[in-house]
Amino acid sequence: MSDKASSKNKTTEKKTSEGIGGGSLGQALLVPVLAVITGLILGGIVMLATGSNPIQAYGALFAGAFGTPSTIIAGIQTYFATGDNAELVKSLYPFTESLVTATPYIFAGLSVALGFRAGLFNIGAEGQFFIGALCSAYVGYSIKDLPMIIHLPLAIGAGALGGAIWGMIPGYLKARFGAHEVVNTIMMNWIAFRLSDWLLSGPMQASNFRPVTPNVAASAELPRFFEDPLRFNLGFFLALLFAYIVYWFLFKTTLGFEVRSVGANPDASKYAGMNIIKNFVLVMSFAGALAGLAGTAQVLGVDHWVGQGFSAGYGFDAIALALLGKSHPFGVVLAALLFGFLRSGATNMQSLAGIPVDIISIIQGLVIVFIAAPAIIRWLYRIKSLKVEEIVLTRGWGK
Amino acid sequence: MANVLELQGITKRFPGVLANDKIDIALREGKILALLGENGAGKSTLMNILYGLYKPDEGKIFVRGKEVEIHGPNDAIAQGIGMVHQHFMLVPVMTVTENVMLGVEPTKNGLFLDKEKVAQRIHDISNQYGLEVDPYAYIKDLPVGIQQRVEIIKVLYRNADILILDEPTAVLTPQEVEGLFKIINTLIKAGKSIIFITHKLKEVLAIADDISVLRLGRMVGSIEPKKATPEKLASMMVGRDVSLVVQKQASKPKEAVLKVEKLFVRDERQNLTVQGVSFEVRKGEVLGVAGVQGNGQTELVYALTGLLPSESGLIEMQGKTLHNATPRQILESGVAHIPEDRQRHGLILSFPIHDNMVLCTYYKEPFAHGVSLQEKPIYSNAEALVKQFDVRTPNIYVNAGTLSGGNQQKVIVAREFSRPIELLIASQPTRGLDVGSIEYIHKQIIKKRDEGTGVLVVSSELDEILALSDRIAVMYKGQIMDVLDAKKATKEDLGLLMAGIHLSAPAKKK
Amino acid sequence: MTNTTIQTNTTALEQRKRISYGMTLLVVGILIYLFFGINAIPGAQTTFGLNLLGSQAIQVSDLVVPAQGTIYLMVGIVIFAGAYQLARGVKSTGLLIGIIAFTFVTAFLTWAAQDKSFNLTGMLSSSLVRATPIALAALCGVISERAAVINIGIEGIMLMTAQIAVVTATMFQNLYVGLIAAILLGGLVAAFHAFLVIRYKVDQTVSGVAINIIGAGFTSFFSSKYLQGATDTLNNSGTFPIISIPYLSKIPVLGPTLFENNIIVYLMLILVVLMHILLFYTPWGLRTRAVGEHPKAADTLGINVYLTRYVNVILGGMIAGLGGAYFTIGSVGRFDELMTAGKGFIGLAATIFGKWSPIGAFASSLIFGFADSLQVKLQILRVPIPSEFLLMAPYIVTMIILTGVVGRAIPPAADGQPYEK
Repeated sequence: MSDKASSKNKTTEKKTSEGIGGGSLGQALLVPVLAVITGLILGGIVMLATGSNPIQAYGALFAGAFGTPSTIIAGIQTYFATGDNAELVKSLYPFTESLVTATPYIFAGLSVALGFRAGLFNIGAEGQFFIGALCSAYVGYSIKDLPMIIHLPLAIGAGALGGAIWGMIPGYLKARFGAHEVVNTIMMNWIAFRLSDWLLSGPMQASNFRPVTPNVAASAELPRFFEDPLRFNLGFFLALLFAYIVYWFLFKTTLGFEVRSVGANPDASKYAGMNIIKNFVLVMSFAGALAGLAGTAQVLGVDHWVGQGFSAGYGFDAIALALLGKSHPFGVVLAALLFGFLRSGATNMQSLAGIPVDIISIIQGLVIVFIAAPAIIRWLYRIKSLKVEEIVLTRGWGK
Repeated sequence: MANVLELQGITKRFPGVLANDKIDIALREGKILALLGENGAGKSTLMNILYGLYKPDEGKIFVRGKEVEIHGPNDAIAQGIGMVHQHFMLVPVMTVTENVMLGVEPTKNGLFLDKEKVAQRIHDISNQYGLEVDPYAYIKDLPVGIQQRVEIIKVLYRNADILILDEPTAVLTPQEVEGLFKIINTLIKAGKSIIFITHKLKEVLAIADDISVLRLGRMVGSIEPKKATPEKLASMMVGRDVSLVVQKQASKPKEAVLKVEKLFVRDERQNLTVQGVSFEVRKGEVLGVAGVQGNGQTELVYALTGLLPSESGLIEMQGKTLHNATPRQILESGVAHIPEDRQRHGLILSFPIHDNMVLCTYYKEPFAHGVSLQEKPIYSNAEALVKQFDVRTPNIYVNAGTLSGGNQQKVIVAREFSRPIELLIASQPTRGLDVGSIEYIHKQIIKKRDEGTGVLVVSSELDEILALSDRIAVMYKGQIMDVLDAKKATKEDLGLLMAGIHLSAPAKKK
Repeated sequence: MTNTTIQTNTTALEQRKRISYGMTLLVVGILIYLFFGINAIPGAQTTFGLNLLGSQAIQVSDLVVPAQGTIYLMVGIVIFAGAYQLARGVKSTGLLIGIIAFTFVTAFLTWAAQDKSFNLTGMLSSSLVRATPIALAALCGVISERAAVINIGIEGIMLMTAQIAVVTATMFQNLYVGLIAAILLGGLVAAFHAFLVIRYKVDQTVSGVAINIIGAGFTSFFSSKYLQGATDTLNNSGTFPIISIPYLSKIPVLGPTLFENNIIVYLMLILVVLMHILLFYTPWGLRTRAVGEHPKAADTLGINVYLTRYVNVILGGMIAGLGGAYFTIGSVGRFDELMTAGKGFIGLAATIFGKWSPIGAFASSLIFGFADSLQVKLQILRVPIPSEFLLMAPYIVTMIILTGVVGRAIPPAADGQPYEK
């Protein structure tokens, strides 16, 4: 009996209810930070191996993500000296662009994190994102002459609803039939892509030349804070607001208590009178809505129209974000900011150093590995004291 | 006579636990050594070390006088050591033959499995030791007693002459235990030596040649069966004098709180495991449900608590029908449930104690206003319950998974008793607990009974059933064989009923 | 402990099942009538071509049937089957599903190709070809999951191996070098997965997803860095030739379908048979199944659970590598980004639908291959359904299969769980 008990203890997650390590904050941040650093180092090795200079590349990435201090200072000086803000705006462009890139990441990361909390693996953020974007775009361009105060919330709501429906289907199939949500959400992604192919080349096509939607009406656009080319908009603050809402939902409400219970132990939750089916459907709908909002933020805040391949990569990025943020809403925000800077900077890196942006995907994949296997980090950096918590997310196929 | 096996100074540490502390035991050739100790005393750990599943931190193992190192089951098997595990190590979807041959497969043409050859060997072993079994039956279709035979055949097939039997009687009826003892005697006559692990005192006295007692990972001492009494062994095992019976007054049953009529239930695999069960539980009495595990008790409790739907029949709580109600409706109508598997159903191990304490009531005042959780009442509730039910924990913020089994069970009892309840359903309430916790839980259950609560206790431990119950229902193959008055029930009668044999009229009278 | 099985009193459930299946059949009959029967042009004929252009098979005359008559015949068959089911009940659920699928598909094709010609042999042949990568992915799933390791990274493995196959084949001007490179890389990546989930007990889904992300990222990175500018020197390998099996390829219909294929298709067919024999008739198979069902039991009998899992996962990866090679050197001779398009995941669904048996997995893959090739054929026939919707069919079929409404499958008991001593 003693051996059984001790092995049980080994697998027990030593977490507080909010999931950020039981000990100090430093301990909690150690693994994610080291995982990112290790991922970047390995990415650098890939660059070296493919004949590029990683220092130059990361330099370009950094400049692309934050801008260069000298131009910002120069911009400020010019502004105070002449009142002309053009240079300042230009110098702030990289930094605000990173925040713009981070905005859909926050939403999508929250979506996956929420799923993890309920023991569900939502790989479908990508499809939900696309559907959300299409719904928002449709409401955005098809309705005209509405005041913004009505039109904008309507367009946002449409995106959330579209994503929610796309998430709800696999959630229901999981709850009712025990059908594995990983495969089903991926299937929903492919269905979304095919559906969008059809919509963009038919019912929603703007003109006969390109498979894109018309531009949304100005009354449905998320307001921007600066003049062009800065695209920094309300979406970013909306994302932060939703991070707080998810936090409040998970840790301060009875519904969140149920969601976390179902995620941690569905059998005990059923015993305690919780409705598993309801929770799976609720969580996948909410998660779908969040991913849909990611698409909404992108279309209403940045692009103002939807084209093919619009959602490329957000789904998988979101998984990395949720893992990196330890499925905690605030952790996800930090992780999303990091990825926003990486992705935004990578574009600059591609044009300056000739390294394809896909390097970021490789780094992300590696980061996921290190987060999921902290023992590797412990071994690499010889940190004996590092607590290794195991993440158990999935339980085989079906029940 | 020579010692065929000796363990010297075996020490094994797990994180935070000293499971074995310098243990010495010796097994004489052709004899039965009983290893006695309560749950958590370190018996299984010791045997797993002997079988090569764990590596000892210190100590030596001698087989037939020669020091050996055992790094894995293969080494143990090579030394002629075989083990029948407490939880059978059989693959349910495979046949007896496949299970027996696994790991030492003879082949035809060096490539294909030769099942006929193995089936023939099984047949021979069956005849030699009186272990009848169909080599081509699937394990999942065999009753537990037969599965145990397959385990013994597996060991004999590998030509073991030192057999370790880990709690072999835990899942058997008294009559099946008799049968097992006969088999053990046949084995001894054939020259085998046996280590018999148990926590049941009477069995030890009935069969052992030598007795070694373990407590909290230490060797307490060895004793000859002739000089031992149950009381003496019990105090060696527990370290103090224990009362083997639960002190309780005669019950004063009132009207029925739970009525069950012709209940049929299917398990998750769609097998009809409860077949037309009818009974009632009255206020202020304990109805015990006895039976060998797997005769529908689990599904009966699941149906009563809403974890499984029932196929047909009637469940009534104080006149209100609860047929196929949701678990929440059942909980709210005043039913408390101490589940069979405390780690699967009873607790969320990764949640702190304070959250586990409100697992069934988190949505109610004062723990929630609307949808908003109220932390202060949740904390103070946990503080009070931890104190009242003597849960040993550093604080209420640690995860339930860090507690010992006994304290985990106390958390469940505290939570369930903190609600106003009319009916208590306790399934295997003390499984795997130490004697102190068993005593405590038993006292709590009787206290609830005396307060006028109806109690349904399901247990596969006959001693527990006899200690707690006022009336005893015996289940066999999904049906209730009979309901006996606990004062008049004997172990022999219960054993017959558990094996599906109806009592003849005179036997029933006595 | 196992519960004793009790067979009695199951009639109520069986009755319900009998009625619901019978009603389903009747509904299908009515649907066929409504969709196709009414819409058929009276007097129109449907031609099913039985010969494949360029095939060595003996030519036979095409099958010409009256469209409306055939559709009504199908309606008749399914209605009769439904009535029989309601009255008597049929034991085999598979038979009923088979009848539904056969009548519906036949009626649909007859309707779609009325007044036109539809090449049936071509359709069957392309079904098998399109099923090949799915079947190989499914076999990878079978061999890994029989040892209780779920490999959701098959998609990523196939992407990487598809790329390495075409690149090495082009560089060395030898397709077999590409094939071997793909198999080896598949084994290597699977070994990485096995290492993470066995040694470090990483959540199997997370590890698989990481492999998919790295696979997609790496192949796209490599593609845009090197392949796009150097198609001829790195990304143009040609494909394996069709090998006609002497004599057998001359059989009409069967010949062009089964015996005129390239080496990867043949290897897949051989693997299906081989794996079936190995899994159910050899010590290795017995041990693998024991490790997947009850690893502790296997461990107590001296079987090395970890080693068994490593071996199976790596072998599975090599099979997936073969599947990856199919996409490039077995099919188009060129690598495109994300060209596997979810086939790895569909393969996993085939594993489940095939109840973790090699032959079942292969049969399920054929269904997907059929759906896939049907969609292409229907585009050619200009059926008035947008092709995008037809392209969704395999994904929707996968989802329906996973609900278990069509034959609930029980996975190996320990599937997906790490083993701790």
